[in-house]
Amino acid sequence: MSAPRRRSLARLTFERFLEHRMALASAAVLAVLSLAAAGAPLIAAWLALDPNEVDLLARYAPPSAAHPLGTDELGRDVALRLLYGGRVSLLVGLSTALIAAVIGAVIGLAAGYYGGWLDALLMRLTDTVIALPLLPLLIVLAAADLEKLGVPAELTAAPETGIWRIVVIVALVGWTTVARLVRGAALSLRERDFVLAAKSQGASGARVMFRHILPNAVSPIVVATTLSVGNIVLLESVLSFLGLGIQPPVASWGNMLTNAQETIYEAPLLAVWPGLAIFVTVIAFNFLGDGLQDALDPRALGR
Amino acid sequence: MRWRATARKRPDPVTRYAAGRLVESLLVVALMSFVVYGLMAAMPGDPIDVMVQSDPHLTPQDAARLKALYGLDKPLLERYGNWVAAAVRGDFGYSRIHNRPVLEILAPRLWNTLALMGLTLLVSLALAIPIGVASALKPYSPADYAVNFAALAGISVPAFWLALLLIMLFSVELGWLPAGGMGGLDAGDGAPTLWERARYIVLPVAALSAATVGGLTRFVRAATMEALRQDYVRTARAKGAGRWRVVFRHALRNALIPVATVLALGFGTLFSGALITETMFGWLGMGKLIYDSIIGNDYNMALVSLLFATALVLFGNLLADLCYAWLDPRVSYR
Repeated sequence: MSAPRRRSLARLTFERFLEHRMALASAAVLAVLSLAAAGAPLIAAWLALDPNEVDLLARYAPPSAAHPLGTDELGRDVALRLLYGGRVSLLVGLSTALIAAVIGAVIGLAAGYYGGWLDALLMRLTDTVIALPLLPLLIVLAAADLEKLGVPAELTAAPETGIWRIVVIVALVGWTTVARLVRGAALSLRERDFVLAAKSQGASGARVMFRHILPNAVSPIVVATTLSVGNIVLLESVLSFLGLGIQPPVASWGNMLTNAQETIYEAPLLAVWPGLAIFVTVIAFNFLGDGLQDALDPRALGR
Repeated sequence: MRWRATARKRPDPVTRYAAGRLVESLLVVALMSFVVYGLMAAMPGDPIDVMVQSDPHLTPQDAARLKALYGLDKPLLERYGNWVAAAVRGDFGYSRIHNRPVLEILAPRLWNTLALMGLTLLVSLALAIPIGVASALKPYSPADYAVNFAALAGISVPAFWLALLLIMLFSVELGWLPAGGMGGLDAGDGAPTLWERARYIVLPVAALSAATVGGLTRFVRAATMEALRQDYVRTARAKGAGRWRVVFRHALRNALIPVATVLALGFGTLFSGALITETMFGWLGMGKLIYDSIIGNDYNMALVSLLFATALVLFGNLLADLCYAWLDPRVSYR
């Protein structure tokens, strides 16, 4: 007769996640992808190649030992550019999702905790942003001349500005799902006894929101943020594809496809790899989000 | 989505709700017009500066005179005020590229976009409802997993890449369908037959549908599974209603109610997708018009078409919300 095995909530959650095979596979794919992208400069040094090095004598080279996926229209190594593009996509996707989650959590907490006119106002704002056609708006924001908006010239010239600009404008519209979820959680949590206990001990509104309510709303935030990374990677790639996101020569999966589209008859494979990279990354984040949802959602237990 | 009306008693709450939402949508469009007008002023390539660069005979004095003529020397707020005053009278100004009033250019584009988006919605619903229901009836079966995988793939595939692949396969390799354009409608050589026009819309609709079908299928599946767990379904079964009657009359009808809200919130996303699809296939719609205008420094055209697109999306959203009330008698607009 063995004693009943005790399992913590974290362990139960982890075991449920392990049952979700696609999510597990996705986590593995994303881990490999992140490692390869993070190590891209090392790989470049090892292969003695530069992702932006033009070699007009080796244009459209077929896959070989020196160039595993061949070269593009300027003789640049496609595999290496894919890895560098992955750095940009993952950096933009993760940092934008985090910033958007913070904005969404603050808005959702304020709306759900204080209620009343503030809630009505913030939720109308959220619904409106969700309903708007966002891509044309993002295109306008991405095309505007930063200098005319008062940003100093030395900043606008730096290549990093292009990346951070995308992060900022996508985060500006990407917070809505988290805001709605957090607001819903805050609405029900604020009626609970532990909130009353905290208040009666004299805790301030901010302390109740961030110390007592927010930790109990972490699961939906984690799920929504994971799912939003995929969307953000898609948005970044389409903006870069349209010539308004990451600017060449910095490689991004989107702007690699811009060039590939023009040479689609000469080298159709060049149009396959970057798109495949975007697709695999986005679907992996979506499966991961699904798996996390099943693992973190207590209602999933009985199924 | 909840609208809290004032406590005054008036007969028809739905009309009041719709009127309130309409006013709200107009406010949003007005606010957008201000923000976008300001952003357009921050676009690179002032039209007069472009003229000066391309014509060496223009002196700085000429440029100043031209700016005064177009009112470009006035402060931003005053220019915006003038623009609004003209717009309210129905004068939305001219397009720089097309040299014609913007509304003349906009009208046919609006119809083309509506055709693309409408067909996509029809195709998506026709695919997503049966597939989603079938998936919900056999949850966690291999077929259900396959459907889920395909649906997630549809959501995750970049629309512009899918468009490229479709062109590579069906136009370049197989030669079955045109790679882009509108079958002569765009070139103005006569009215193409309906069959010709249909051939040109197949690939754009396919590219745009992928994400919509994927999202809707997952949603129909979840909503149907939820409905099948409800008491009214158990009651219907207990009364001896047939299997299909239970599924279609009792479960599906209730499952479609949340689907209507998802559709309502999805119009903005659908329009964003239409912008990509239209640009890829040379489909002369609003999305391509907005993109081309921004790239071509035609800022008045971009501003007006963006505002019309916003109004279109908000109006579609409102319409779907009203359908929601019609589908679900439990909804009340107190």
